[in-house]
Amino acid sequence: MLSSPYINEKTSVFVIMLKVMLALVPAIAAYVWYFGPAILISLTIASVTALVLETIAVKLRGLPARPFLMDGSALVTAWLLALSIPSIAPWWLIVVGTFFAIIVAKHLYGGLGNNLFNPAMVGYAVLIISFPVQMTHWAAPYSLAGEHLGLADAAQYIFSGLLPDGWKLDAISTATPLDTLRTQLQLHRSVADISQMPIFGSIGGQGSEIVVLMFLLGGIYLWLTRIITWHIPLAFLGALALIAGIFHMVNPQHYATPWFHIASGGAMLGAFFIATDPVSGATTPKGKLIFGAGIGLLTYLIRALGGYPDGVAFAVLLMNITVPLIDAYTQPPVYGHKGIAK
Amino acid sequence: MSQYREIIINGLWKQNPGVVQLLGLCPLLAISNNMVNAIGLGIATTLVMAFSNGAVSAIRDWVTHEIRIPVFILIIAALVTVIDMAMNAFIHPLYLVLGIFVPLIVTNCIVLARTEAFAAKNPIFPAMLDGFMMGMGVTLVLTLLGALRELIGKGTLLSGIDLAFGATAKAWVIHVIPNYNGFLIAILPPGAFFGLGLLIALRNWWVQRSERNTAHAPVMSAIPGMQS
Repeated sequence: MLSSPYINEKTSVFVIMLKVMLALVPAIAAYVWYFGPAILISLTIASVTALVLETIAVKLRGLPARPFLMDGSALVTAWLLALSIPSIAPWWLIVVGTFFAIIVAKHLYGGLGNNLFNPAMVGYAVLIISFPVQMTHWAAPYSLAGEHLGLADAAQYIFSGLLPDGWKLDAISTATPLDTLRTQLQLHRSVADISQMPIFGSIGGQGSEIVVLMFLLGGIYLWLTRIITWHIPLAFLGALALIAGIFHMVNPQHYATPWFHIASGGAMLGAFFIATDPVSGATTPKGKLIFGAGIGLLTYLIRALGGYPDGVAFAVLLMNITVPLIDAYTQPPVYGHKGIAK
Repeated sequence: MSQYREIIINGLWKQNPGVVQLLGLCPLLAISNNMVNAIGLGIATTLVMAFSNGAVSAIRDWVTHEIRIPVFILIIAALVTVIDMAMNAFIHPLYLVLGIFVPLIVTNCIVLARTEAFAAKNPIFPAMLDGFMMGMGVTLVLTLLGALRELIGKGTLLSGIDLAFGATAKAWVIHVIPNYNGFLIAILPPGAFFGLGLLIALRNWWVQRSERNTAHAPVMSAIPGMQS
């Protein structure tokens, strides 16, 4: 707590976005270490596309381009989108996703501060609905991949779809642990059986569990620097673990463990970096808890009972719709007044 | 003559049901996933609207105010049944694709809205023209939206035309973008909302631009109550 005369530190949008990107760096480093450098190329494509589209959109709206580009929000959106889709996805997939994120989800709704929906998740949802095949070819962890894509090979594959001679797509790509779990469960294998497969690590996926750990570290950094509060991530992960735990206790053969659910897919990235978006998320403390818990519950329901392997994006978008309602009912009482009369 | 001109302009542009009145959006959004479906439903709606407006106009002096709605609905339902059976008989494959949306023309609010707002107050010929032109307005928007969604979603135009004209028509399908991956969301319901939203925005932008261009001329809108 500051003592009088209360000099405020001015936190600009730019500083916030810079810290968010800084918090993503360890996870990106782990990603490169375990899955190869393709993610660096997709991050670059997404960033360039986002900046170009942001410039065009801002110009079309007759606003000065510089302050909007300098706020860094387009870059954060681009990074989050690139981290949510397969790193070896073709270049046009990233461009289409970024287009929907920046132009449709953000600028058509009035730009930063007015967007109802999380831009990165809109981009992701459009891609998973429209291009399910490309969206399931994830880079295989280095320890499992038959062939290892270097930076040049990865660039060639992303831009032209050509692999070096004699390589097969299967050698470099794989389904995610969540995907594998889903398809194997449909073959009536038990969870304990499935998690012996090489794609699974000690609690989450091979390699990806370390990336998830880095997301957690980055998230804790954001919390310590007060960019985000603890409410949304804790409620999200808590609700996800709680409902996953209940299902797992009732039928451990068919429902994976709660720690697996937290450590795989987009849960950790979503909890700390996506659901905490200050524009499209709830703003009151109580509202943030409800918002986060709703995302956690929906994520689990979509994963376990729905049609898609991961449900973070849809859960975030669905809960975005409820934000005005949540905020309206959870306004904290003004100091000196009692709460809403019972 | 100017009266007919106005009816035509109202139906196709000024009061277009699809992008201005925003009436009858349910079939508009649901059936515009390709061009052939859109044109098929558009024409069916146009026929129903032209004849229901004519019939309502013909009996407008004998139907009392209190019972007009059920009478209008009965007339519309009878006409829709005729169209429905005709489509079932002559273009059966297309009928199967359009499915429930042909019978649902009865509940399409644009049909009732035109009988109520125009046909019940005007003579037969202008009423029929109004129904026809409003129907053409719907068809226009449906076709545009259908073409847009089909082009973006599948890279073709007029796919499924063989449903209406038999197997020989298969060759009429235009493959605008060869070897296209397909952009599925344009064909799915979200694409309908995005597409219609963009069409409405485009029309508003056009209207605002032309209003700005004529703004130099002395306008009457300074007088209160004269703004349209």
